[in-house]
Amino acid sequence: MGRRIRAFAAFWYDFVVGDDWLIAVGVVISLALTYLLSRTAVPAWWLLPLALVVLLPLSLWRAVRHR
Amino acid sequence: MGNGALFLAVFLACAVEAVEATTIVLAAGTARDWRSAASGLAAALAVLAVVVAALGPAVSDVPLRGLRLVVGALLLIFGLQWLRKAILRASGYKALHDEDKIFAEQLATASAQSRRRVGLVPDWYGFTLSFKGVLLEGLEVVFIVLTFGSNQHNVGLAAIAAACAVAVVAIAGAAVRSPLSRVPENTLKFVVGIMLTAFGVFWGAEGAGAHWPGSDAALLVLVPAVGAFALLLVGLMRANQPAGRETRVPAPAATDRS
Repeated sequence: MGRRIRAFAAFWYDFVVGDDWLIAVGVVISLALTYLLSRTAVPAWWLLPLALVVLLPLSLWRAVRHR
Repeated sequence: MGNGALFLAVFLACAVEAVEATTIVLAAGTARDWRSAASGLAAALAVLAVVVAALGPAVSDVPLRGLRLVVGALLLIFGLQWLRKAILRASGYKALHDEDKIFAEQLATASAQSRRRVGLVPDWYGFTLSFKGVLLEGLEVVFIVLTFGSNQHNVGLAAIAAACAVAVVAIAGAAVRSPLSRVPENTLKFVVGIMLTAFGVFWGAEGAGAHWPGSDAALLVLVPAVGAFALLLVGLMRANQPAGRETRVPAPAATDRS
């Protein structure tokens, strides 16, 4: 039973998070910051594109640094 | 986003998933038993129909802003993962997705398994191989249809686009009875990664409370901007690659789906 639950959790982790957890964590943090910024008078739309510009190269660098 | 863009985005994304599912069913049918592979396919489609029936109305009841936040986050995570792999492939750091190779590997693995009859299924391994493959790729198709469709208040059109993609790929697969290696899958994956990422950025920001300059028209800037950035990264990575890198790229695992 425990093995099946672990396999089920592993399936969903792989399905949602994928190869690099940093991307998932970065996206969640960026969305939280966007929400907080949207509660102020400052425009918040630019934050996610900025996160993309940081996260994608960082994730690529992590993928190739040991090769 | 217009209906044409919705149709195209869903069609392309679902076509990629359908090609992968077709490869698995063909491997199960060729190496094991066509009846068992077809039973696995039918069983997976039945499970997917139940998932759609259960999730469809539930998704339409979720408030749009909350839906966009969750969908945007998931699309952005999926899109960035797709784009990451597509860039690694395009720059030579990862072997290209090769349906012929994956088909051959699955064929070899499937052929090595012993045959076991369970109930009406003549070959249980062929059944489960087909079932798992179609269910997994099908879940991604369902996710794409529900997220894109519900965000644009047009699940029907998204479902038609997905059905068209699956039908085209299935007919082609049935006609040639071999992996659809002529489909430019690596290019398609690159384009789909760009679209998922751009839509994820757009919907995620809206769901989190941000307002885009130009409203929906911002997508017309976001999609090409994400594409240009991805191509720039490919160029930079190619330029910084050690000499002879392409010849030492390891082969992808058969389970490497994106």
